[in-house]
Amino acid sequence: MLEIKCPYCGSRSQNEFSYGGDSNAKRPELGKEVSDKDWDNFIYLRKNPRGKHSELWHHVAGCRQWFKVLRDTSTHEIFKTAKLTDEL
Amino acid sequence: MTQKYRLDKEGYINREKSISFKFNGKKYFGYQGDTLASALLANGIHLVGRSFKYHRPRGFIGAKEDEPNAKVQLYKGAKTEPNAVATEIELVEGLVAKSQNCWPSVSFDFGAINNFLSRFFPAGFYYKTFMWPKSFWYRIYEPIIRKTAGLGVAPLKPDPDRYEHKFEHCDVLVVGSGPSGLGSALAAAKNGARVILAEDKSKFGGSLLTDQVTIGNKTGKEWADETVEQLKSLPNVVIKNRSQVFGYYDHNMMVMFERTKDHIESPNKYIPRQKLWYIRAKEVLVSTGSIERPLIFGNNDRPGILLASAAKEYIKKYGVLVGKKPVIFTNNDSAYDTAIEFKKNGISPLVVDIRKNSEGAAVKEARGLGINIKFSHAVANTKGYLKVNSAIVGKLNNDKSGYESLENIPCDCICVSGNWTPTVHLASQSGNKLKFDEIISAFIPNQSRQNETTIGSANGSFTLKKSLEDGFNKGFEVSNKLTKKNIKSDPPTSNEKSYDNYEKFWCMPLPENKQYKRCVDFQNDVYVSDIELAIREGFRSIEHVKRYTTLGMATDQGKTSNLNGLQLVSNIENKIVPEVGHTTFRPPYTPVTIGTIVGREVGKHYRPTRKSPMHSWHEKNNAVFVDAGLWLRPRYYKQGNETLQQAAKREGANVRKNVGICDVTSLGKIDIKGPDSAEFLNRIYTNAWMKLPVGKARYGVMLREDGMVFDDGTTTRISENHFHMTTTTAQAVNVLAHLEYYLQVVWPELDVNVLSTTEQWAGAAVAGPKSRELLKKLFPEMDVSSEGFPFMGFKEENLSGIPARVFRISFSGELAYEINVESNHGVFMWEKIMSLGKNMGIQPYGTEALSTLRIEMGHVAGSEIDGRTIPSDLSLEGMLSKKKDFVGKRSLNREAFLNPDREKVVGVIPVDKKTMIPEGSHLVKDKNAALPNPKLGHISASCWSVEYNNPFSLAILKEGKKRIGEKLYALSPLKNKSIEVEVVSSHYVDPKGERVRS
Ligand SMILES: [Zn+2]
Repeated sequence: MLEIKCPYCGSRSQNEFSYGGDSNAKRPELGKEVSDKDWDNFIYLRKNPRGKHSELWHHVAGCRQWFKVLRDTSTHEIFKTAKLTDEL
Repeated sequence: MTQKYRLDKEGYINREKSISFKFNGKKYFGYQGDTLASALLANGIHLVGRSFKYHRPRGFIGAKEDEPNAKVQLYKGAKTEPNAVATEIELVEGLVAKSQNCWPSVSFDFGAINNFLSRFFPAGFYYKTFMWPKSFWYRIYEPIIRKTAGLGVAPLKPDPDRYEHKFEHCDVLVVGSGPSGLGSALAAAKNGARVILAEDKSKFGGSLLTDQVTIGNKTGKEWADETVEQLKSLPNVVIKNRSQVFGYYDHNMMVMFERTKDHIESPNKYIPRQKLWYIRAKEVLVSTGSIERPLIFGNNDRPGILLASAAKEYIKKYGVLVGKKPVIFTNNDSAYDTAIEFKKNGISPLVVDIRKNSEGAAVKEARGLGINIKFSHAVANTKGYLKVNSAIVGKLNNDKSGYESLENIPCDCICVSGNWTPTVHLASQSGNKLKFDEIISAFIPNQSRQNETTIGSANGSFTLKKSLEDGFNKGFEVSNKLTKKNIKSDPPTSNEKSYDNYEKFWCMPLPENKQYKRCVDFQNDVYVSDIELAIREGFRSIEHVKRYTTLGMATDQGKTSNLNGLQLVSNIENKIVPEVGHTTFRPPYTPVTIGTIVGREVGKHYRPTRKSPMHSWHEKNNAVFVDAGLWLRPRYYKQGNETLQQAAKREGANVRKNVGICDVTSLGKIDIKGPDSAEFLNRIYTNAWMKLPVGKARYGVMLREDGMVFDDGTTTRISENHFHMTTTTAQAVNVLAHLEYYLQVVWPELDVNVLSTTEQWAGAAVAGPKSRELLKKLFPEMDVSSEGFPFMGFKEENLSGIPARVFRISFSGELAYEINVESNHGVFMWEKIMSLGKNMGIQPYGTEALSTLRIEMGHVAGSEIDGRTIPSDLSLEGMLSKKKDFVGKRSLNREAFLNPDREKVVGVIPVDKKTMIPEGSHLVKDKNAALPNPKLGHISASCWSVEYNNPFSLAILKEGKKRIGEKLYALSPLKNKSIEVEVVSSHYVDPKGERVRS
């Protein structure tokens, strides 16, 4: 079980959190034209790197805040966590 | 009563306290402080089981957790436990144990015929033989294999014991309390760290309990006892015996089980049987010691053949001799300590040593004691069926490929030693890539991936001096990283015997023209010939050899067999061991009983139960409950001998005719506030929200970004910037997370706050043609006319002095209202409605009637909104705004979603108008078509229509709308049903929706 440092609450065990995928995946802007390809990429084709990955986690059993985590997907090492408004 | 093999002195047992126990139906006695193993050995019992495959008689090999053979079944009935390791079970009064894997008894075992047929059961036998015909596997092969193989028997009744979970944090967790463990715990504790020291045995001290050493001016045991007392006195130390750290998980999450009850004679009933500890340790010091490696020779698996260290441990810890005519067989010096212990207790052993000579201190001491030693000799074979009775000893020829001469030496036990293997399991589990140490011919930890440090003999330091230094130094180093107090403790001086070199030779040659079985993995019954066969057949990767032969795959995880297996592969393939590599170590290090892992989360504590404030009323009124997510909801209110279907019919009919009341508290409720609330809803829902007036509710559908319908419900504008959203019971939690995601991650510029208020409101739906009349009675001041309070209206009213929210919304398709009051007034509201509705014929209705009403109205719910349907599949295309963008809209243009052949929701009735169609049935054109019969759709929900008094179902059907009027078949192979059905509109009752607006 990972130990994740919520930027609002501090270090907590993984079972308090839920995973939210790539934090760099940007939803195409509402109301703007978007090509089939770009939309498909956003919905289905997410990167799945081995190594460093910046991702979103949600402190569901805590402060209910979403935040960013820089994690190594193969070793599970967590290098840094940050509020959405801060840089990782 | 006499224990023939018990010494008068030696051991940490209480000879004043005799304990009786039963083994294989016979009563024996041991002493307090014994294990089941030591007590059996004291009574001369070596034969404890049968081997897994060939049912060869087996006895003890070890004295601790490495024991591969002595797996027993404990107790009977619900309390029974299979595969318990006799060496790990502390003796208590009344203990009942029996051998496993033998029938009818351990000394006469029918399965032993396998041993004589063994040439038909080589490695890979199962793979090769039982492959075909395929249909034979389930009916014939598997049942037979299950009967003859397998270990203990799982209990059939619920576990009567209680287990607990505990969460702990510490700076330094020390695993193992040998010299390095005790030293490091002391050094870390003195340096101010919060320390947990875990020892899986009942006594602390590890090797100090059995070795003839001195530390400072004390014996090893005295130093260990004193150090333990010192640690216990420190406030920053938690010290636990009977506690096995069995798993090393990510981010230094260590999992340990503590045996808290089984060793107590009359335990208090409130004591849990075991505790599972989750320990988040900033640093972990692994001082798990080492395990002696067996030697391989002909028939080396007879009862009475065991590890030399185990023989010493039985003498030193329990005052038990494993035999009175011992042969000690070794490739190193440490076994001489065992010989010396025998000699000191009046027994003359014979030492058979592979080496040409040795000048180690123990060897010299043994010589001085007059112990007979045969250098350059090996045990080639053994004799004795149920227990070893002689060793065939031979002089090895120069290249050790055979024997110059063989002689028969009578004996009653053979104590073997092939040097030591560090216990690297935890380090390996942490992700440490092990390295092979040529000097000790074993793997030791390499680069740590987590905050793990392995010390002492687990790290290959086999001397006391080095272990103590390691312990004190690393204990200081890792604690100082955390405390930075720089309080350093020096390791004490110590004195021990020096050991000469061991011989790197483990597998003895067979005498000429002999094909004796030489066992490598005792628990899984893997022999040298199996490994040779695997390699002959082309298996190269050690992982493949392991799976083909099952080497090291038993519950002992190859503690005594892995390295010998690797060595064999390397010898056969002419590779060095590190090239062969090693297999992966996985938790648990020793078996853990399932109850411990589950803890308190059993029965009704398996998950939380959510109850509405009106729950007790429902109970008093004969409600039969159903699980709805975590909620318990009334399914129906039973009258007399009614069945579920009869009750649902009655309750539903009463709603259609009079008025009914339904507890809808479990519906998700989310409070939405802020100046951008309307804009936010407009983006989340598929329909328009900007112009919803204050005091009005609107039905809304939300999608996932991939276009699938996510949830539906009504949302009400309480005031300009304040909305009250409802969700389905099932999705309430997910909808909240969905909203938070969009507000925090995607559109942080929106000024909106969301909060779950599900439990703050008690909700009652009042539905039926008489509901308006009832509402008037509940709120005499209120204008309840259709003009004054139209469909989708909302008002804040006063229910006899209590603030209430009144919504004119309907799930049943009838004229209906929903009333919410603060939770603590829920029962008051409910009883008020019941009493005022009495003369209108009000009846409560449960989820079954609720479903019936919604199904026959064609309202889609969870069974249709199943994550695979888009709005047009559910006839919800009218809900899609063309003027604005919303979550998921872009996906609806995908080609597959525009396909007119998509499966869509329709109604279905059985042609005979009598047969209920099972939910999940497949719809097909031809009931007799060849399999796989092309599926056109499936039945999503079924009910007995209240309106028409015949069965009605909703279905998701390919080209659904075009098929209305068509006849199809609903097939349910599980229920063995084939029903002819007619496709009809999904809006079976009141298709124009006039009632809700009346
Ligand atoms: Zn938090």
